[in-house]
Amino acid sequence: MAAASDISIPRRRFAVSRRLLPYLLSLPALLVCIAILIPFFTAVYYSLQRFRLSQPWNRGMNWGENYLNFLTDPDFWNTLQVSLTYAFLTVGLELLLGLGIALLLKKRTRLNNFISIMLLMPLMTAPALAALMWKLMTNPNFGILSYFAAQLGFPDFRWGSSPDTALFTVVLVDIWVYTPFIMILLLAGLRSLPTQPFEAAALDGVPRFQQFWRITLPMLMPYILTASLFRLLDSIQQFDIIYAMTQGGPGDTLMVFQVEAYLNFFQSTNVGRSAALLMILWVITYFLSNIFIKNWLRLRERARGEV
Amino acid sequence: MDHMSPIERWLRGIALTVVVLFFMFPIFWIVLMSLQTNETILRSPPSMVFEPTFGNYVAIIAGRLDSNVASMGIAFMDNLWNSILLSVGSVAVALLLGVPAAYAFARHKFRGSEEVAFTLLSFRFAPPLLVLLPLSLYFQQIGLANTYLGLIWVYQLICLPLILWIVRGYFEDISPDLEHAYRIAGHSWLSTFRRIALPLAGPGIAAAGLLAFIFAWNNFIFALVLASADKQPVTVGALAFVTASGIQYGQIAAAIVLSIAPTLALALYAQRYLVEGLSLGAVKG
Repeated sequence: MAAASDISIPRRRFAVSRRLLPYLLSLPALLVCIAILIPFFTAVYYSLQRFRLSQPWNRGMNWGENYLNFLTDPDFWNTLQVSLTYAFLTVGLELLLGLGIALLLKKRTRLNNFISIMLLMPLMTAPALAALMWKLMTNPNFGILSYFAAQLGFPDFRWGSSPDTALFTVVLVDIWVYTPFIMILLLAGLRSLPTQPFEAAALDGVPRFQQFWRITLPMLMPYILTASLFRLLDSIQQFDIIYAMTQGGPGDTLMVFQVEAYLNFFQSTNVGRSAALLMILWVITYFLSNIFIKNWLRLRERARGEV
Repeated sequence: MDHMSPIERWLRGIALTVVVLFFMFPIFWIVLMSLQTNETILRSPPSMVFEPTFGNYVAIIAGRLDSNVASMGIAFMDNLWNSILLSVGSVAVALLLGVPAAYAFARHKFRGSEEVAFTLLSFRFAPPLLVLLPLSLYFQQIGLANTYLGLIWVYQLICLPLILWIVRGYFEDISPDLEHAYRIAGHSWLSTFRRIALPLAGPGIAAAGLLAFIFAWNNFIFALVLASADKQPVTVGALAFVTASGIQYGQIAAAIVLSIAPTLALALYAQRYLVEGLSLGAVKG
């Protein structure tokens, strides 16, 4: 290509190919992504239509009607509520747990490093398969966790199959899979903090509890923010764990955005409503991702400056 | 910080034990289940004492399950093969497209490059169904429905941004002076890229490729929407297997173990790369 043959060509043509080079190099990747943008705009278009796969004759533009209907649709408000509850519950708990574990493992000992490597394993398990593992463990007939629950005085603890405990169960699986992610990020953050402030505080006799609140936590804040925003973005879109565990049930207990949209599309074949739901989810994630990317870039600059 | 009271040491020990138990127990238990017959699994109370059997694995690998009632075909090995094909194929394509693009973004600040890079990154965060549902209708029209090619293309949605951003960070960290010197010595652009830039960014490319492989392997939603039974990877296949086989719990456990083993092995083998990759270079480990 242009690159291979430009050794002996005169300067001017060399300059032209140099200017074209970056475009040539990134073009294939861009084309693949642009092709993916087409379905995105199609989704916007669908969301403005009355469109059921089962009634093709009835298809037509209804502009904002799908969105307007949401205002009076209890199912929509349930979806929004369940999604937000799930996202904030998982991220909040994972943050607390992840921070706690990172603090426990802060010192670079052989045991601590070994444990932090072992904790990578849940994170590397496919979330859908993780949900199946927990489903086996909570099976009412032979599940080890059902057995433990019975021993603790809850013989009828139904885990994912009861509306009272379904949210608890999927949140538990989410915590199992994703806490290590936050832990790893915060552990790397903790270990990269400068030691001088801590030495000075120790010299001045500042109690350790105060050191944590006044020094560790503020200095760790950028890492905490990046990790939780990243997780929040993922968690509000959670599909795999919930679909594999209960398919959104029992009833509509766990109908988060993507599960509801999936079922709308494939079961009730209501493409218009499904697309409108996903557009609302997209708006939420778009705002979150903009905040996240800004935070993350700032953190990256800092990490680079300190190397 | 260094001197801990005995009580504190105890508390830390207990806390760490609980943490390790909580995160390791499910994997441990599924492996135990996969080595048991249905009779020992269904025992009450559950017990860790049993005679291990590889019968479940044999049944899955042979693709046949013979019980005293009937015999049933298991297509789970096909799912495993699909997973390998889709993940390896997707990572290969993503590296081929992504590494040169990452180099372009890092070395040549051309007009709009930042915006383009951002747009690519934001794909990573958009709800996947938003793209998948219209795509499932398009794919049927253009004949890409239920093909490896179509799936590998969609997998670029997760693999490509990952590789682009991690590898770009690595290229940016390498000083371009060495490349300039090599160019001035009369070497072509391509050989500079191949002999100097690529080897220097090697660890980053390996980390990105590894992570992309794991994400591709663990993906569930793409194939759930776009693939039929014969093209499904293990994540979707395992769910179908649970529905189909009903009460063959030992085999289900064995199937899960076979499905998670590759990513766990990779993760343990290359954990150093992972930490950096996971944080997208935000934290230098």
